[in-house]
Amino acid sequence: MKGILIYAEVESGRVHPVAFELLGKAREIGEKISGQVWSIILGHEIKDLASELIQYGADKVFVYDHPTLREFDVIRYKEILVDFVKKFNPEIFLIGATPLGRSLAPRVAAALRTGLTADCIDLRIDENGDLIQIRPAFTGNILAHIKTKSRPIMATVRYRVMEMPEKDLSRSGEIIEMDVPEIGETGLKMLGEVEERRVNLAEADIIVAGGRGLKSKDDLKMLEELASLLGGVVGVSRPLVDEGWISKDHQVGFSGNTVKPKLYIACGISGSPQHLAGMRDSEIIVAINVDPSAPIFRYADYGVVGDLYEVLPKLIKILKNAKRSDNP
Amino acid sequence: MEIIVLIKQVPDIEKVRFDAEKGRIDRSSAPAETNPFDLNALEAAIQLKEKLGGSITVLSMGPKQAESSLRDALARGADKAILLTDGRFAGADTLATAYTLATAIKKLGRFDLIICGEKTVDGDTGQVGPEVAEFLGIPHVAYVSEIREVHQDKLLLISDMGDKYLVEVKLPALITVTKDLNTPRLPSLRDVLKARKKEIEVWNADALSDYGDLDGFGVKGSKTMVVKVVIPSEKGRKGIIFRGEDAAEKLLEVLRENRLVN
Ligand SMILES: Cc1cc2nc3c(=O)[nH]c(=O)nc-3n(C[C@H](O)[C@H](O)[C@H](O)COP(=O)(O)OP(=O)(O)OC[C@H]3O[C@@H](n4cnc5c(N)ncnc54)[C@H](O)[C@@H]3O)c2cc1C
Ligand SMILES: Nc1ncnc2c1ncn2[C@@H]1O[C@H](COP(=O)(O)O)[C@@H](O)[C@H]1O
Repeated sequence: MKGILIYAEVESGRVHPVAFELLGKAREIGEKISGQVWSIILGHEIKDLASELIQYGADKVFVYDHPTLREFDVIRYKEILVDFVKKFNPEIFLIGATPLGRSLAPRVAAALRTGLTADCIDLRIDENGDLIQIRPAFTGNILAHIKTKSRPIMATVRYRVMEMPEKDLSRSGEIIEMDVPEIGETGLKMLGEVEERRVNLAEADIIVAGGRGLKSKDDLKMLEELASLLGGVVGVSRPLVDEGWISKDHQVGFSGNTVKPKLYIACGISGSPQHLAGMRDSEIIVAINVDPSAPIFRYADYGVVGDLYEVLPKLIKILKNAKRSDNP
Repeated sequence: MEIIVLIKQVPDIEKVRFDAEKGRIDRSSAPAETNPFDLNALEAAIQLKEKLGGSITVLSMGPKQAESSLRDALARGADKAILLTDGRFAGADTLATAYTLATAIKKLGRFDLIICGEKTVDGDTGQVGPEVAEFLGIPHVAYVSEIREVHQDKLLLISDMGDKYLVEVKLPALITVTKDLNTPRLPSLRDVLKARKKEIEVWNADALSDYGDLDGFGVKGSKTMVVKVVIPSEKGRKGIIFRGEDAAEKLLEVLRENRLVN
């Protein structure tokens, strides 16, 4: 039986949902290559999380629970994953393309001397039964289809590109508590979190984003107001972060966050390749820009050619009026 | 402190053209530049050297033209530059690239710190840094957005993983840095002229044969293959444009129809 191994990242005491998406994909792949879905989870006091992985599609969950695994130490984690792969020989090994995953996966791949495809947005089995890994390259301007010669086939996969499977409370599977090997000094000391992110754009369904079309920091309030009326959050292009108007967590793009909301409203953003790299896969894109030739319009479902200082206040006013008539 | 900075020459992404019909990247359409994140890596090295002394070696694998990026790095403050260039290095995936760079670093000998960019604008993986660290058997810290403290034998860093973490790492180590770490300075004209006369060492595959396995380089050492390149056709965006007085109303109307707005 070929094993398809999914790494389950623990984030603030929960399983990062990208692991559930990967379990769904793994089941689909498993049917085509007659494979079994395994999941591996590392941390401390995490035993309760294992059953959830079964409910989302794992047949077997391998649990490494130990106080030394409470914080992410890339070397410690790598040692365990490498040890596991050598013992159980999975055919495919998928890891969420979170910052943690993208730091950990290449270390594991290099230790195993196997190929690793970064930041995939789709995985398919072709007519030969080979896994095709699809990923953006060249700042999102191309999609490369990649095959791997070595085993396990390793890939990191973006969050929110695969469908979230239904949780099935009646699914059964096996939970295996693993012995945690002794690992000495790693050269790393994890001294804890110093700053929590203020927004999580990756999880937002609606993003109202502003760019250099904004004239001052104060004008971000307009975006905030519109975002809150729509039940969304504020995103920005990089120049606004560079200006120090807003924290980096709000930045969309190649050197910021990759987002895929249901609705992305770009206000005063030109649509540079680096910005597009972070938001071009949004479901509906709206652009508001004075310049009809701005590239962003080529990627937009709906565009308003106009001054954001006229359009946004109008949108806010209409939405506020609608709210008021809803709750008299 | 002995520092090695890994830099890659990449096409200027604003100018490079993609042929959607043929699924081709026309690299010749764009001028080459140093990967922007690698300039942050180099700037970090220069600031560390200013504090602690020592020397900076820049190392790149690529075609002969990549010399211009190395020369620019010399002008900015690197002391020594090495270019790994050979047909046998060509066609490398991240694993083979990292293996080749790590082998060259073994040949270089002693170092305290290796600094990489967060990722490249063309390869766009961010994998090469951690893979190099693994091949050398040293710890790494990714997404470094701040260097808090520098000691002879360790660094205190902020790693930006969405939330920010404080990490202490013992040297020798490798770090990958984000754009937030610093603002790269421009070289002065005087330094540019001085750098013209500096030598760039060029190493081929044979130069590395005492330190690694030639089968680990280039296409031979690569485990992944690009079977196809697709230029994403913009997925049927509607491209409906509103103008004039009632544009905002019309926009809200379609958003309501799409059930995005109540
Ligand atoms: C390595 C690297 C990484 C990068 N990473 C990112 C990234 O992650 N994210 C990112 O966003 N950028 C990134 N950039 C920067 C990117 O290249 C662009 O410079 C940036 O995206 C431009 O931001 P903008 O669209 O807000 O500004 P501009 O390009 O200046 O566009 C402003 C737009 O506002 C319009 N406008 C002006 N006034 C009004 C008004 N009153 N009403 C309506 N419209 C108006 C203008 O017509 C124009 O189209 C990166 C660059 C590099 C080199
Ligand atoms: N060919 C290369 N030569 C030197 N350094 C490289 C090369 N490729 C990648 N790097 C380094 O590894 C980092 C990550 O690259 P990548 O994994 O391609 O996104 C870059 O920012 C460089 O510091």
